[in-house]
Amino acid sequence: METKTKVHAEAGKQDLTITREFALPVELLFKAHADPDIVAQWMGTKVLKLESKKYGSYQFETTDAQGNVVFRSSGVFHEFVPNQKITRTFEMELATAQTDLFGVQLEFLDFKKLTDNTSRLTMQIVYRSVAHRDQMLKMPFAQGLNRAHNRLQDIVIQLTR
Amino acid sequence: MNLRRDVFQAIADPTRRAILLLVASQAMTAGAIAANFDTARPTVSKHLQILTECDLLAQQQTGREIYYHLNPQKMKEIADFIEPFRQMWDDRFNKLEVLMKAQQSNP
Repeated sequence: METKTKVHAEAGKQDLTITREFALPVELLFKAHADPDIVAQWMGTKVLKLESKKYGSYQFETTDAQGNVVFRSSGVFHEFVPNQKITRTFEMELATAQTDLFGVQLEFLDFKKLTDNTSRLTMQIVYRSVAHRDQMLKMPFAQGLNRAHNRLQDIVIQLTR
Repeated sequence: MNLRRDVFQAIADPTRRAILLLVASQAMTAGAIAANFDTARPTVSKHLQILTECDLLAQQQTGREIYYHLNPQKMKEIADFIEPFRQMWDDRFNKLEVLMKAQQSNP
């Protein structure tokens, strides 16, 4: 499988950039970020609220297979320019009172038309500190979202044999 | 110091992945590595340079020869740290693409 999504995270910096090219017109790529039903489907979360406009806010709720709430996340939109950009905050609200663990992050989403049927999303995420960023990066690993068959893991496995 | 290389770009190339697997078992000189590929020697050198720049490979001088060996720490670090995060977004974006393509064909 070809790796389409790239993450650029430099050591010692408090931000990272995710880039991805889509075989979709930029209008559809943007719609996938603005329509609550569609967001719910690809983000794999419940969308409690999504006001897709400047000053609007959003609230997601993620549950496990048994329906227990794992975490809530929320934020506000500072910019919402159709087919161009979204600037928003994002915060994890954990059930445990470790509110300072992740902190609020700032996200800059840049939507770019490449051709009539292709587009690129660039997402810069700025964290409160380097430690906050690294903590957030470790999340999927901690949650066991690690997928088999990724090439690097394959190489590491070969290495440790 | 050159511009920082994207490690994921570095390992996206099949020849570079083959090089990593090759030196995983033992340190090798550039010549010995190149002997395993049909590609021209300068091409292999370029691959070695990219892998070295992003710390996936390390060089060690032994006498007159420079040996390349894998930096397992770096490999482990990437695999543990960033790859699951990248994979999470890749999964989400793959879903997004499939979903919106379906919309496109059935408006």
